[in-house]
Amino acid sequence: MIIDHPMLGPRDASEFTYLGDASLIDRPDWQADDAAEAFYEYGYLRDNPAGEHQELWYHEAGDRSWLVVTRNTLTHEISKVELARDVARARGRSK
Amino acid sequence: MHDLVAITALGGTEPRMDTVAGVTCSEVPDVALASVAARMGQENNVIKALEALIETPVPDVGQSAGAVICAFWAGPDQWMIEAPQDSHEGIATQVKSAVGNAASVTEQTDGWTRFDLSGPNLTAVLELLSSLDLRKATTGSVTRSSIHHIGCFVLFRTPELFSIYGPRSSAGSLHHAILTAMRSAL
Amino acid sequence: MTQTNRLSGGQIDRNTTLNFRFDNHSYTAHPGDTLASALLANDVRLIGRSFKYHRPRGLLTAGSEEPNGIVELRTGSRKEPNTRATTAEIFDGLEAHSQNRWPNLKFDALAVNDLFSNFLSAGFYYKTFMWPAAFWEKLYEPIIRRAAGLGSLSMEADPDEYDKGFRHCDLLIIGAGPAGLMAALTAGRAGADVILADEDFTPGGRLNSETYALGDHSAPAWAAQAVAELTSMPNVRLMTRTTVIGAFDHGIYGAVERTGDHLPTLPAGKPRQILWRIYSQKALLCAGATERPIAFENNDRPGIMMASALRTYANRFAVIAAPRVAVFTNNDDGHRTAVDLHAKGIKVAAVIDVRDDAPSSYDYEVLKGAQVVDTKGRHGLTFVEVAMPGGETRTLECGALGVSGGWNPNVHLTCHQRGRPIWNEALAAFVPGADLPVGLTVAGAANGVMSTYGALQSGAEGAAKALDLTSALPDLPDAEDAPVTQTPFWYVQGCKRAWLDQQNDVTVKDVKLSYQEGFRSVEHLKRYTTLGMATDQGKTSNIGGLAIMAEVAGKSIPETGTTIFRPPYTPVPIATFAGRMKGQEFHPTRLTPSHHWAKERGAVFVEVGNWLRAQWFPLPDETHWRQSVDREVRQTRASVGVCDCTTLGKIDVQGTDAAAFLNRIYANGFAKLAVGKTRYGLMLREDGIVMDDGTAARLADDHFVVTTTTANAVSVYRHMEFTRQCLFPDMDVQLISTTDVWAQYAVAGPNSRKLLQKIVDPEFDISNEAFPFMACGNITVCQGLRARLFRISFSGELAYEIAVPSRYGDALMRRLMDMGEEFDVVPYGTEALGVMRIEKGHAAGNELNGTTTALNLGMAKMVSKKKDGIGSTLSERAALNEPDALALVGIKPLEPEKKVTAGGHLMNIDGPVDTAHDQGYVTSAVYSPILNSSIGLGLMKNGHARMGERMRLVSPLTDLTIEVEIVSAHFVDPKGERLRA
Repeated sequence: MIIDHPMLGPRDASEFTYLGDASLIDRPDWQADDAAEAFYEYGYLRDNPAGEHQELWYHEAGDRSWLVVTRNTLTHEISKVELARDVARARGRSK
Repeated sequence: MHDLVAITALGGTEPRMDTVAGVTCSEVPDVALASVAARMGQENNVIKALEALIETPVPDVGQSAGAVICAFWAGPDQWMIEAPQDSHEGIATQVKSAVGNAASVTEQTDGWTRFDLSGPNLTAVLELLSSLDLRKATTGSVTRSSIHHIGCFVLFRTPELFSIYGPRSSAGSLHHAILTAMRSAL
Repeated sequence: MTQTNRLSGGQIDRNTTLNFRFDNHSYTAHPGDTLASALLANDVRLIGRSFKYHRPRGLLTAGSEEPNGIVELRTGSRKEPNTRATTAEIFDGLEAHSQNRWPNLKFDALAVNDLFSNFLSAGFYYKTFMWPAAFWEKLYEPIIRRAAGLGSLSMEADPDEYDKGFRHCDLLIIGAGPAGLMAALTAGRAGADVILADEDFTPGGRLNSETYALGDHSAPAWAAQAVAELTSMPNVRLMTRTTVIGAFDHGIYGAVERTGDHLPTLPAGKPRQILWRIYSQKALLCAGATERPIAFENNDRPGIMMASALRTYANRFAVIAAPRVAVFTNNDDGHRTAVDLHAKGIKVAAVIDVRDDAPSSYDYEVLKGAQVVDTKGRHGLTFVEVAMPGGETRTLECGALGVSGGWNPNVHLTCHQRGRPIWNEALAAFVPGADLPVGLTVAGAANGVMSTYGALQSGAEGAAKALDLTSALPDLPDAEDAPVTQTPFWYVQGCKRAWLDQQNDVTVKDVKLSYQEGFRSVEHLKRYTTLGMATDQGKTSNIGGLAIMAEVAGKSIPETGTTIFRPPYTPVPIATFAGRMKGQEFHPTRLTPSHHWAKERGAVFVEVGNWLRAQWFPLPDETHWRQSVDREVRQTRASVGVCDCTTLGKIDVQGTDAAAFLNRIYANGFAKLAVGKTRYGLMLREDGIVMDDGTAARLADDHFVVTTTTANAVSVYRHMEFTRQCLFPDMDVQLISTTDVWAQYAVAGPNSRKLLQKIVDPEFDISNEAFPFMACGNITVCQGLRARLFRISFSGELAYEIAVPSRYGDALMRRLMDMGEEFDVVPYGTEALGVMRIEKGHAAGNELNGTTTALNLGMAKMVSKKKDGIGSTLSERAALNEPDALALVGIKPLEPEKKVTAGGHLMNIDGPVDTAHDQGYVTSAVYSPILNSSIGLGLMKNGHARMGERMRLVSPLTDLTIEVEIVSAHFVDPKGERLRA
């Protein structure tokens, strides 16, 4: 597989480490009333789509960027690669 | 001045040098390194300060720039500063005073071992070591990739000279990989 | 007898004669020969014995699709079994052996299997060796393994080297036949970066085997001219002896280049083979086609081969299998073989063509509407029996029979990503389907374009289209352009044994039987009969099996389906996949800064991840490792010891939010840690389980140095980057690893301060008052070398960790040893380190085992509830906080000579010994030279409330049952007085 790094261009997947669903960015608020339930869902429940899937890859042997890769789980086609930091900010994460 | 004797990453008191079919692999211990990472919101200030330090515009993604003090891109808003060890042992301090609180500076000198490959037909050697697209390797370009499962920086200084930085503790394995590739390809 | 079957002409170098041996007989050959052509030249037709029935077999083909001509190449440790003689390039001194025969090829005792063939039909093993089950492993399998099978392994390590490499191109062209060469010329002339890979040692594909012309040139001469032009182009890389074995995601192809297989000896440092990973923008498959056989009675005798192979041997290798030949065909291409052989002065006994309207010839007899119904000749063909259309039988004398059932496009690579080929009625063959690997297109015969001109044209067009070339296509030479239609004819009716798959001894009848027995899916048929398995993967046989299956099912072939082709296209030695990553180079090795010194001291090393660490330092009079380890522990606790702890991960954490960041990363708080102080940190996974532990030293308000365990250095760094970039993207914090930057040594024991005071420069006060427990700071040593000092302890003693730039690590260790002489300083390794940490009750990897919580380890109070630390929320889950949760305890045998065993389980003294009553388990166990007893750490239910309780420690695996006492995990200095001394 080849991942088209948004800053570095196409790089072999062997340079990357896979983590999982990009929903791991959406870490719940620890002070919310339902924090325990929210963390349980965050930690254990995943969708398993046959089709487009947003997932986290880490350019471990490269520039150490975390990436959100949109990959079709049926064809392995990668339609989008973004810096995870940008995605996290867009999803409202800050400090 | 202290009286402790340094050894090279390969464990010698003198740097190692190997030549195969006109291509030379030299261990280069005379290098001081520091990493610079911009603090949040200070990216432009760091670039200005580094520009003054290396006396040339700060290298873009995947590039290197500079003469005596050279900077190369290492990650988003992050560079490695490279200079001769003999004259710049305190490179981290020097860089820190240049960038002040605009950046985090970390000494990296002995984190790395450097091997310089020089001679003709270097791509034949490198294509056995790395998955990089060597067609895109132009003078001044820098890439971080893995060589035999060792994370390395590869700097293309000229078509007949490039430098490989690998973790100092893996120097022996990296040297072995480079040398066997030279013997295989050349 | 030398090369009695050699003809004139051909692409061999007669000026050079090479010697080789087959089954211990010496023969000669010429450069340009394969082992197969050289054997035929020397009139060796019997090459091997079949897999199941041990029937005599010869060559079927002249290419990589060969099912029969498989041999062992070379001898000794370089012996390579199951290699196709048809692709093995001859070299001087080559030694080859036939396989699967005993005692020899001509007389094979197990040929008796052939007489019992009625019993050995499809599924024989499954049906026969079913019971008693216990017999399978001990009796049936060894016997079957000896009787069946192919070559044997050398049972020695392969002494040769193999490489891996990476190449990039705009266009990868797979196959250098007419389509591939024309494609490469088109793309190369347009300036594209081209890789042209061909499995043969002479590019040209079928062109090397044909006599017709391309323009003004003979076919081989045109190919040679094209190759010369391509070789002159700097933007074209022609890779011969290179098989593209697989099509992978995103334009990546695997290819095996046989760089050394054809050499008598490998030059020093050169690999035998290279596994290339080729990154292509586009790829063009020009893999050609494979001729398919017709099944008939006794169609497997040596001398019966594909008609195209007979032609290849004659035209390219100047070899004929026998002086008198016949051809059995259902299509026009079979006649081409007869024409070529006749032109070479070979007697063509007849062309037997199943078609009533077959073309006639003035040069030889054509038996139209006829079929071969049987053959004769024990070790080689002597006669064929032909059923004439009128019903009479004719017997023809011939030593070779060329068979042609038409051609199948080589669609294999188009299927590697689950693409399905589609049935082409006109060709009666599968051609590539629509769902090809992204970026791959197909040209020439592989795409069903069967004429030479068509192949040239489709190659040129294919390249132009793949590269979006707008320039005019190159001029094409005039070439053979006969229309090709194929009417299927799979097998001759009424045969007892007509072989479909000669490699696996599968007959037409086996396929029918398998259908009768309910194996209706093609995939089931394959596994039940073994049709299409083994080294040739059914390249000549799959289609026939499928056709028969379709016939008995009363369906069409496309309705019946196909099996999936998977990589590799042809067999690849395991050594090629391993490449250089073998033995000591299996993974990179990391050496500590004191490694060379430790080696001089005779240290014994242990692998910890990629690191090599000194395990202990034996003295000359020590004969058992325990002596060394006990001494190292005693001496450290009595005076001072030094241990290289560089391998612990070190991460530089800087930024205005550095402290806030550590508050997230660690379960305990770091915001209030004073500059110049170090704190133990406990890192949780988000699910509340302990991930790692270590220390964080605050060198400045905005600067920490974090340490991790050796094993988790990489994953903790990754986790910290994840936290920084994905969870808290606006935190001002920067990370970089400094593990290799600093040589770091633990200096431990009551005299550690005194030793350090001898090297730390006097302006730095490291007295207990000025530099108390958990202090840290930048210092200089040995008159000016920058260093870092941390007062932390893993051993429980007064201890420090000192760090200097790695290049001085060797010198510092030597200096510590010199200066420490007056204190009887001792270097200690990881064993002594482990003993001391267990004596002290420090948790380490055995306790941080991916199942334990802070509560289990007795550190529940460290998990701060006042801040958002990763893992703190889920660590409060009820199930992790049951009253009888496991707790870290110390374990001591009642009788000191009894040994506590790690992995043993704790049971109540008078309760049952079973899993339902399990009370916990031992995580770490050592012999303590301080307590003169075996001791252990363990996790026990409600353990902290059960101090002093007697338990049974059982380990059924080692037959262990001893009585132990549960004690505090802190065996040594429980109050921590030594640390603070």
